[in-house]
Amino acid sequence: MAVCIAVIAKENYPLYIRSVPIQNELKFHYTVHTSLDVVEEKISAVGKAMADQRELYLGLLYPTEDYKVYGCVTNSKVKFVIVADSSNTSLRDNEIRSMFRKLHNSFTDVMCNPFYNPGDTIQSKAFDSMVSAMMVQAS
Amino acid sequence: MQCLFTSLYTSLAQQLPRESMEWRRSYGRAPKMIHLEANFVQFKEELLPKDGNRALLTFPFLHIYWTDCCDTEMYKASVKDDMLRWQSTLRLHGSVDWLIVVVESEAKKKNKTNILPRTSIVDKIRNDFCNKQSDRCVVLSDPLKESSRSQDSWSAFLTKLRTLLLMSFTKNLGRFEDDMRTLREKRTEPGWSFCDYFMVQEELAFVFEMLQQFEDALVQYDELDALFTQYVLNFGAGDGANWLGSFCAPVKRWSGLLLRRPIDMEKRELIQRGEASLLDLRSYLFSRQCTLLIFLQRPWEVTQRALELLHNCVQELRLLEVYVVQGALDCWVFLSCLEVLHRIEGCCDRAQLEANCSHTVGLWTYATEKLKSLGYLCGLVAEKVPTSEDLNRTVDLLAGLGEERPETVNSLQSPYKKLNEALSSVEAFEKHYLELSHAAMEMYRAIGRMRSARLIGKSLAEFYMKKGDPERAEGFLDDSLRSYVAEGWSLQVTHTRKQMAECQKLLQQTEDYLQTSALLAGDANLTEEERKHFCQEILTFASQPPAPSGEHTHTTVALSMAAFAQLRQMQFSPPGAVVHVGAALQLELRVRCLMPVAMQVEQLAATLHFSLEQGGARGRAGSAQRRTGQGPQGQGDGVVLFPQGSPLAGAGMGALLPPALELYEMQDRSPSDSSLTSTGVVCKNMHLLLRRHDSSASLDTPTAGALPAAVAVDDGAQMLRARDITLQPGDNSILFTAPTGEPGSYTLRQLCGSVGRVQFVQSHIYPVVQYEVYSQEPQLTIEPLSDNLLAGIPQKVKFTIATGHYSVKKGDALQLSNTDSMPILHSSCCSATVLSKRMGESALSIQSSEKVTSISLPPTPPYHTLEFQLEVLCHIPPTPFKPDIERLTNGEVRHRPKSHSHADSGMINIDQKVSIDCPWSIYSTLIALTFYVPFKAKHSILSAGKRKYIQVCLQNVSDTNFHLADPVLTERQPTVSMELLSLNVKKQQPVCSQQSVFCLWEMRWAKPLPLCLQCAFSASFAPVSASDTHTAFKPYRYEFQLDRVSTLYSLKAEILPPSGDQHCRTGALCGLEVSITRQAEPSETEGEEEESTEIEGLRTTKLMYEVVDNSSNWAVCGKSSGVVSMPVAASATHRVQMEVMPLFAGHLPFPNIKVFKYLPHNAVPAIQPDTDSCLENDTISLLDKGLDDQGDTASIRSRGSVHSVGSGEQQRGLPMPRLEPFSPGQVFYWSQGRQVLVLPVTDDHVMEVNVT
Repeated sequence: MAVCIAVIAKENYPLYIRSVPIQNELKFHYTVHTSLDVVEEKISAVGKAMADQRELYLGLLYPTEDYKVYGCVTNSKVKFVIVADSSNTSLRDNEIRSMFRKLHNSFTDVMCNPFYNPGDTIQSKAFDSMVSAMMVQAS
Repeated sequence: MQCLFTSLYTSLAQQLPRESMEWRRSYGRAPKMIHLEANFVQFKEELLPKDGNRALLTFPFLHIYWTDCCDTEMYKASVKDDMLRWQSTLRLHGSVDWLIVVVESEAKKKNKTNILPRTSIVDKIRNDFCNKQSDRCVVLSDPLKESSRSQDSWSAFLTKLRTLLLMSFTKNLGRFEDDMRTLREKRTEPGWSFCDYFMVQEELAFVFEMLQQFEDALVQYDELDALFTQYVLNFGAGDGANWLGSFCAPVKRWSGLLLRRPIDMEKRELIQRGEASLLDLRSYLFSRQCTLLIFLQRPWEVTQRALELLHNCVQELRLLEVYVVQGALDCWVFLSCLEVLHRIEGCCDRAQLEANCSHTVGLWTYATEKLKSLGYLCGLVAEKVPTSEDLNRTVDLLAGLGEERPETVNSLQSPYKKLNEALSSVEAFEKHYLELSHAAMEMYRAIGRMRSARLIGKSLAEFYMKKGDPERAEGFLDDSLRSYVAEGWSLQVTHTRKQMAECQKLLQQTEDYLQTSALLAGDANLTEEERKHFCQEILTFASQPPAPSGEHTHTTVALSMAAFAQLRQMQFSPPGAVVHVGAALQLELRVRCLMPVAMQVEQLAATLHFSLEQGGARGRAGSAQRRTGQGPQGQGDGVVLFPQGSPLAGAGMGALLPPALELYEMQDRSPSDSSLTSTGVVCKNMHLLLRRHDSSASLDTPTAGALPAAVAVDDGAQMLRARDITLQPGDNSILFTAPTGEPGSYTLRQLCGSVGRVQFVQSHIYPVVQYEVYSQEPQLTIEPLSDNLLAGIPQKVKFTIATGHYSVKKGDALQLSNTDSMPILHSSCCSATVLSKRMGESALSIQSSEKVTSISLPPTPPYHTLEFQLEVLCHIPPTPFKPDIERLTNGEVRHRPKSHSHADSGMINIDQKVSIDCPWSIYSTLIALTFYVPFKAKHSILSAGKRKYIQVCLQNVSDTNFHLADPVLTERQPTVSMELLSLNVKKQQPVCSQQSVFCLWEMRWAKPLPLCLQCAFSASFAPVSASDTHTAFKPYRYEFQLDRVSTLYSLKAEILPPSGDQHCRTGALCGLEVSITRQAEPSETEGEEEESTEIEGLRTTKLMYEVVDNSSNWAVCGKSSGVVSMPVAASATHRVQMEVMPLFAGHLPFPNIKVFKYLPHNAVPAIQPDTDSCLENDTISLLDKGLDDQGDTASIRSRGSVHSVGSGEQQRGLPMPRLEPFSPGQVFYWSQGRQVLVLPVTDDHVMEVNVT
């Protein structure tokens, strides 16, 4: 499962970022932040040609020695980034996709909350627990 | 034989691949066109494959028997046997792929002419060997000759050869693949070896490669790759295969990939021998894949796969728990990256490379990272030289690289050399590391991956910091920090800022360092200890004495307030934020201190911008409207809220989310007629919205230039100041006392907190916070306590003094000019109330002199209200009023009290002006008070024959009930002859609101009365509610004049029934006899007034009478009016007869008879007589004795009057004789109210009444 899950606003500031507690949080922040480069690149590369297809999933953004970073972008340019451990080889593309789908659904719920101010950091408990379920359980 | 083939070989080898063949393949794979190329070897029995040997590369696909025998004997003698032997050998090895080629040549034929053409050698061979496969024997005729026959036979032969070759190949390949699959299926069996299998499948790959089928070849390698990967993964999952053991051996060599050879035979042999390590296998596999991909023109796939491979290998080694010397993998990865990059560079031109940076940059970065970690490992990243331990490690690592490959020995830039060099010395390492880093950064920048570039920059900065070179680190850190702040990534901001702080400390950029420290001290992402540390740094600096050297001119350091504290809200008290000069205005500032410890702030000051505003400067009412400048957050209760950034510590959030639009309506009116020319909406905070984003972050970044010049706080300016306060972490409340010395508006501009040498400055306070100070002139108002002030009785009025800026001192007094019409009543219980927050009461002393009443005021501070009440009395002026103008003491012309009727209530009001001298002004204040007269009086004279009565009606027009007492009527010029006899009750009587009281007096006189009588009515009245009835009674006086009181004429009317009848009847004419009797001789004054003519010594006056019946009871027949001459003598009587007809039956009142003075001589008549009555005049028959009409008309004419009563000479439009009524009381009508009985005429009509 994921070791770090982030939701990034259209303006590229983090709306939500959570990583496995045992590891260096800062490193994940750097990783996720850097991955925005690739996200932007992919979005602009996709450009008009892919706009119709509405493929939100961006696939593997970039691998590092230890992690694989996957990305997904909503129509409103909110980005989801999932960082998975490279050693976790059982993780298939389909599972990543379904994780993104879940993440998106939960995010939509958060946005539907009339008390949520779009642009604020996400503090929803439901979202949090959903993310927890997708994260590697720190044993 | 040998020589035959040798002669043909060249052309054969050349021509065989010349044409392509369609290759149909099994398993539904698409057919392909291929070119066959063959290697021809001499037949040897040992070359034939044994069972189980599957070497496809050396496999003999087709056996060809060449012969040029054309002699039957010879064939029979040797060739046939040879062929048989060959065939049997082939059969023995199960090979069915053979071909016999008979080369014919004309030359030979010519020699053997005796040969029977019937049965050729070919036929014989076919007969002997090719039972059913006649195509296994071909004839090649004259192959060395350039003839068409030769050509044809070549072509046919080649086609046959290709077909057979391909057939055999396909068959054998299929068999090979089947075998390979079988072998693969056995992989679960013990003893199965991946290496063996690898060799088998690679054989296939080679074959494909040979056939130029690189795609297929690649597939073979990919399959092998996947298979191996799967095994490793299974191993990780606990399912270990035995053969994998060899790959788990500790890695001894890490020489990196080798991509320059098509096939790395060294590695291949290692694999073949089962001695390869995991890295060897991977390297070999990848080198093969790389070769094939480059054949396929897919270099970018190489880079991508390379990165995957490198990552994967690291992971796999970790998974298999293979022991690797620390750093060895880094070496391997580094070398491999560079090798791949070199390989790619070797096959692409520069432009291609630059266009595809995105594919290679990953490798560059990876190499950089690895070199960096190697550097750290080997102690090359430090200020000092590597230790011996580091050197040992380096030597070990270099040993693992082995010898340099022969291919690269000569190249100067080989990865091997680079690594060797980089690890050899600190300087060389730096050179290489920087080179790589910059290359990677450049590429990232080129493809727009700025964040990645910055990340490398940051690690460069770390490197520089380690090297003790903060100057160079600063730029990179600053760049990164800016971007993190701008994008709101707080954790990175904190981390980078910490590095920045370190860097700045080393660089001794005190100001910047302190600013960064301040930001870090308030950073929630840091631990308490860290924050305290940074806070302490500031405090330490703050407490240091300024540097003694003149180098630093400024002894204080100004830092941004944002890092230190956040403004939360400001609250004014009083909330209106509008006060008068000198008033206390307090401003409570709520500040959230971000420091982790309590801070001692010596002074917190806010500079004020003062502007003199016209509106606020002068005469502003106390309830001035609020200023609108306090922004949308400014609430009604004087609170200004400051917009808060997000809870995230990074201030970047605020910068990213633009503040909400503050829109205001704007109207533009033309100055001439104030018509609307345009209207619109104005955004007030445009400067915030439109500023550039990167500059917006500059407020928070420590290196953002110098703070505004205004930091040098001008001490002379007005300030809000709070001294020696302790700001606790979290919310604090600070109370300022605002200066209110001068009227105008004050705006808070800059906030500055001083801690020792450190000043925290906030250069703008937004939203705008301002307050206003106004100055007010003292004001005096007098208002009645009740709705209306009533004249005549004491009334209370309230004096209100708003002191404004004037402070009432002891001894200050109000000087009221006394007037007679309105004295000020002293009352003992007079006290003044000073209204302020506390009510204060003090006694009021009133002193009166002849001219002025002086009220000494109690001392009152400015901007207070002083109130007291005073009783005043406005005398009711006797009616009718007479104009009188008095001069007041101060020389002003006193306006007399004006009285006029109150429109609504019918009350008469009196405007009473009061002139007051106030101590604060040299001018007198004039204040008008309006009093209302509560009564309205009317008089009337009543007569009874000669007796006269005077009636006075007093109406109470006020809303108050009164008691009335002692009504007295007096004559103002008392004449002895007259006596007024009161007919009124003695005791007091109530006069309710809107009710009237009537009083009556009888006049008695002895001597004739004067023409004009001056009378005065007076009474006392008091409100019913008054407690003290005796003192409360106030006089009311009403003066009037009576004219012509005595009765001159009496009229008597008599209605006479027609003769012979007892009563009058309706419709019958009755006689009306009016007798006018002179009652008294006119007195002298009266006589003058009355017009009289003297004819033959007899004075007569002319009267006109008129019968008017308003109730239509009577019809006057004949004339109804006429003029009579009355002799001026007492008891002279004149009788007039008229005829009237009653129109109704019953007791009918007498018709009215009016008498006027007839004044014929006047040009303009006062009353136009009725033409009707005038016309009837000629039929007047005067019963009087000596008066004839003729004389009358003559007299009229003689006076020049053109009016003639006679019908003949009447001229219209000319002045008529004047009629003048008598004063009431001069004519007494005896028959007033008399009635006469009128009987109905005999009724001829029958009224039928049916009763059922």
